[in-house]
Amino acid sequence: MSSTNHVTMHERDMRRVSSRQTVGKIVSKVMVYTFLILMAVIIIFPFYWMLISSVKSISEYRLSVPTLFPREILLSNYVDAFQQANLGRLFLNTLYVGLVSTLLSLVITVLSAFAFARLEFKGKNALFAALLGTMMIPGELFTITNYATVNSFGWMDSFTVLIVPFLVSVFYIYLLRQNFLQIPNELYLAAKVDGTSDLKYLWKVMIPLALPTLISITILKMMGAWNSYVWPRLVANDEKYQLITNGLRNAFTDSTGDVNIPVQMAAVAIVSFPLFLVFIFLRKYIMKGVSRSGIKG
Amino acid sequence: MVESKHKWKAWLYLAPAIVLLLIFTVWPIINTVRMSLLEGYNSMSAVGGATYSFGIGNFKQVLEYNYFLQCLGNTMLLCVLTVPLSTILALLIAVCLNAIKPLQRLLQTIFFLPYVTNSIAIGMVFAAMFNMVGSAFGGENEIIITAGIINNVIEFFGGHAVNWINAGSSYAANVVVMVVYIVWNALPFKILILLGGLQSINRQYYDAARVDGTSRRRVFTRITVPLLSPMLAYVVITGFIGGFKEYSSIVGIFGEDMGPAGAPGRLNTMVGFIYDSLSTQQGRASAAALILFGIIFVVTMINLYVSKKKTHY
Repeated sequence: MSSTNHVTMHERDMRRVSSRQTVGKIVSKVMVYTFLILMAVIIIFPFYWMLISSVKSISEYRLSVPTLFPREILLSNYVDAFQQANLGRLFLNTLYVGLVSTLLSLVITVLSAFAFARLEFKGKNALFAALLGTMMIPGELFTITNYATVNSFGWMDSFTVLIVPFLVSVFYIYLLRQNFLQIPNELYLAAKVDGTSDLKYLWKVMIPLALPTLISITILKMMGAWNSYVWPRLVANDEKYQLITNGLRNAFTDSTGDVNIPVQMAAVAIVSFPLFLVFIFLRKYIMKGVSRSGIKG
Repeated sequence: MVESKHKWKAWLYLAPAIVLLLIFTVWPIINTVRMSLLEGYNSMSAVGGATYSFGIGNFKQVLEYNYFLQCLGNTMLLCVLTVPLSTILALLIAVCLNAIKPLQRLLQTIFFLPYVTNSIAIGMVFAAMFNMVGSAFGGENEIIITAGIINNVIEFFGGHAVNWINAGSSYAANVVVMVVYIVWNALPFKILILLGGLQSINRQYYDAARVDGTSRRRVFTRITVPLLSPMLAYVVITGFIGGFKEYSSIVGIFGEDMGPAGAPGRLNTMVGFIYDSLSTQQGRASAAALILFGIIFVVTMINLYVSKKKTHY
């Protein structure tokens, strides 16, 4: 900025500077938007490619110059995909495992979080710290022994093996405990004086107040069942108990080379669709759950 | 306290969690250490009455095993490439998102989309985008039916098609594909955390800087980054932890062969190695799992140490 002592020149300078500033502002705004929109296009492109490929005929898919809009929309790919990967069965299996494990997991989490947040007992803090400590250990370390354990229980190829080992999540207990702690203790003491039982108090007061956290846990747990791959592959290869991600990967073992990609993409779209639905309607809870884990974890 | 009469009640409420944790968390920790120290341990023959000598043979054997070293190398390479890249990109995107008003919510939603996807399923989409259909790649009678959309784009800008993931592809090309996919997958979480951090920075700092006529770059390096450093540290640490556990994104793209046709296992990772030996060679798998834990622990400690020195709370 060139400075001058002359008053009128100073004013003129100021005007010039401010107009230079607005030009600079516009240029930087344009750059910011260009960058963001370019990145957004890159982020969204795989989804777009999945959708348009899923309705193309195989000959159209293989054109050397690809079409960015399908010439004809071939919904039969979806029918083929559904049959080829037996998606109906896999869908029901996954839904069953997801619902049962979410329900049981919620009961266990609520009871434990209540004990940690409201009750007094010897060794409470030490136990809670020990639980948090286990979160540092990579899950793969548990898998080796758990594989042998469920084998010796005779649980291989069953729904039990997909549900029971993952019912307790220290992270969810932690999340809910933090939420319970925010509810004033006076409420609990007042309820005690009135002779309300713990369970009734939990059901009537704590659970309604902590509902957003419980919804976040439910969504994350259901998404976990939908996306789980490694454990089901190890312990449940019987088609009767297979989950959707394994079924998808097994039905289309080749991901490269000369395969019918449109049908494969249709299957991927079918598997992705429920996740998007959940995201659109429950975005608030997902983002809250994830970001809270981020800031406090 | 009112509840002091019913101390046993707390344990009753905790019972289901504790029982399950003892079986599926505490016992595995003890057992993994035990198996890793029994040389050449195999649970099948252990049931049959075989005995094992005590020692660090499993660790030695694993560390001298070339395939393990290759898996370790792959894992580290992917970590070192993807964590800084995704963190810097996420930071840029978050800062830009924080600077705009119109379209902010829409763009924020778009950037979060990859988080709610199935990494196996979308891996298959990426594989399709990089996939070439044809034969004799790079050979004399090369026939290419479809080069894949990524190659189409490269050719559109005047480049040459690359054999990314098919038979005969190079290791470097495979790694590029993995880096692209992993970064794409890692962005949403990082953007969400960093944007949350940016939005909680007190606006007064920026107002003060504007009054002082501080340059944009200086504002970024002297205000934004220091005040964001706890979030940055968190994002980097979780990024490394996730990076060392990389597995399903590779299955998504290459399938369970963990490599292109003709070179299975080329891109296998530490976790992949553990899963491969999990049902037959528990001693080796346990040693590898403990090494993985050790690495994650050390990297986390280093990160915490560095960020404690560099972070401004």
